[in-house]
Amino acid sequence: MTKIKAENIKKMFKIRSNGNSKNNGNTSKELLALGGVNLSINKGEFLSIVGPSGCGKSTFLDLVGGLTKPNEGNIYIDGKPVNGPGLDRGIVFQQYALFPWRTAIGNVEFGLESKKIAKNERIEIAQKYLSLVGLSGFEERYPYELSGGMKQRVAIARALAFDPDILLMDEPFGALDSQTREILQRELLRIWEETQKTILFITHSIDEAVFLSDRVAIMTARPGVIKNIVDIPLSRAVRFEDDVRTSNEFVRSRHELWGLLKEEVVKAQQIGVKTTLKISSSEKAVAQGEAWT
Amino acid sequence: MGSAILKRLTTLLQRLTAIIIILLAWEIVVRAGILYPAPIPTASRVFGVLVEMALAGTLQKHTVISLGRVFSGYTLAVVIAIPLGLAVGWFKTFERYLDPLLQTLRQVPLLAWFPVFILIFGIGELSKILLIMLAAMWWILLSTISAVQNVDPFIVKTARSMGVSEWDMLRKVVLPSAVPSIFTGLRYAYTEVILVLFAVEMLGANDGLGSVMIYGSCHPGPELFMVYSISIFMAIIGLIANYMLVGLERRLCKWKEETGMG
Ligand SMILES: Nc1ncnc2c1ncn2[C@@H]1O[C@H](COP(=O)(O)OP(=O)(O)OP(=O)(O)O)[C@@H](O)[C@H]1O
Ligand SMILES: [Mg+2]
Repeated sequence: MTKIKAENIKKMFKIRSNGNSKNNGNTSKELLALGGVNLSINKGEFLSIVGPSGCGKSTFLDLVGGLTKPNEGNIYIDGKPVNGPGLDRGIVFQQYALFPWRTAIGNVEFGLESKKIAKNERIEIAQKYLSLVGLSGFEERYPYELSGGMKQRVAIARALAFDPDILLMDEPFGALDSQTREILQRELLRIWEETQKTILFITHSIDEAVFLSDRVAIMTARPGVIKNIVDIPLSRAVRFEDDVRTSNEFVRSRHELWGLLKEEVVKAQQIGVKTTLKISSSEKAVAQGEAWT
Repeated sequence: MGSAILKRLTTLLQRLTAIIIILLAWEIVVRAGILYPAPIPTASRVFGVLVEMALAGTLQKHTVISLGRVFSGYTLAVVIAIPLGLAVGWFKTFERYLDPLLQTLRQVPLLAWFPVFILIFGIGELSKILLIMLAAMWWILLSTISAVQNVDPFIVKTARSMGVSEWDMLRKVVLPSAVPSIFTGLRYAYTEVILVLFAVEMLGANDGLGSVMIYGSCHPGPELFMVYSISIFMAIIGLIANYMLVGLERRLCKWKEETGMG
């Protein structure tokens, strides 16, 4: 059964290009980030997107999260078009994005407050999810007192606590060291099994994508579209075995993905030399500005 | 227990060392007559005058008047500038309409407002309080606006993804994020307020610590010493105010990692 369906999603960004002096001043250019993404994700599925840097993965995730609107196309969840954020989707970013003035448990309670759940019930639920991510006993710690891995655990607990059907994760383990990363990958699999969520996961790591996913979608260099979708023939039980990463299926999948991704990375680098250098500074300002509107 | 008290005493002593040295040097230099015939009293005489003023009750009377002005103006500024700063910093439309006006008004030198206020509101308390309010307002307003504009966009995205209302976003996300920088503004504002308080009381008041200072400076006798005494007294009050602000900040920002070393 389809849980998330993206139909021909196009997303354009206005960027200020103040490079050409002949235009004398600021002209606004458009940058096509997503060039018609089609993708269906099944209920309970773990789907990862890999693609070269700047191809539009985060842009797509924000769209599914309802944080921005596509210029063309529609996203459906359970057949209903998305037109804004909602508690049916939880988001986890690479940057943790914890509220630094709230303790671990306070962070996890945040979404529950929007749901108008009473205080003592909130605490109970938050405690349950903190223990699910292995953080019992750290309830009263402030984010600055937690390691990167612990912060991301809190962020995951926070996204799970209001019990969304869908978890959207944008390179959640990207900032962690490799050991912590592997531990959290395993825990995420366990949590996924326990909670039966539909997970849309973005990563730079092919290895991570193969280890976690039912299917992996490869996105092309900008403008991003889905180039291929690869099934990962690993059963859930097999993934918990120690030598899964050296198993034939794993190695083969990784090889296949890398073959598909390689040319996109090369293409992205070529685009990058042409445009990224020119726009990078103004881009950041625009990106920040957009967050406020 | 005992060692903890000892440790606190040592830190207190460390913090007072420089001040004590300066006071001693002052006392010695004046007593040795090096500065003679400049009308500079010894440090001990300055504190003596302060005590005399306190015993006569004049110190308390003028302090209450001055601090009353500071408190009214400062509170007004806080009440107006923080919500205004949140609105201007957060809502693009608000900024578009208000920013040019605020930027222009800010360029008017603070003290230039005083005659204007006097013309409109007369020379009473209101003009003084308004000027003090204005002095505090710019710092609080600007620090609030910039704090809001620098809220981590991922925190905002996260909160929005959890379906918070715009009001909750301001109250539960933007305001707490902004608190540390607002406090920086509050502390600068206090310094500015004291500056303006004295200007106002020296220019157009017959009560308050600033007027006592003017009175003292116009008299060649022992009254002249009051100039020094009041200065020192204001420094002490400033310390207390700053201490209170820092204490409040610590309480509200206990989630912030302490930085710095030694
Ligand atoms: N708010 C914005 N304004 C202007 N351009 C943007 C904005 N957000 C993203 N872009 C541009 O859109 C393109 C896609 O960006 P996006 O962040 O989605 O890439 P990504 O695939 O997530 O990259 P990475 O793997 O490096 O995180 C990039 O060229 C980026 O510069
Ligand atoms: Mg990204």
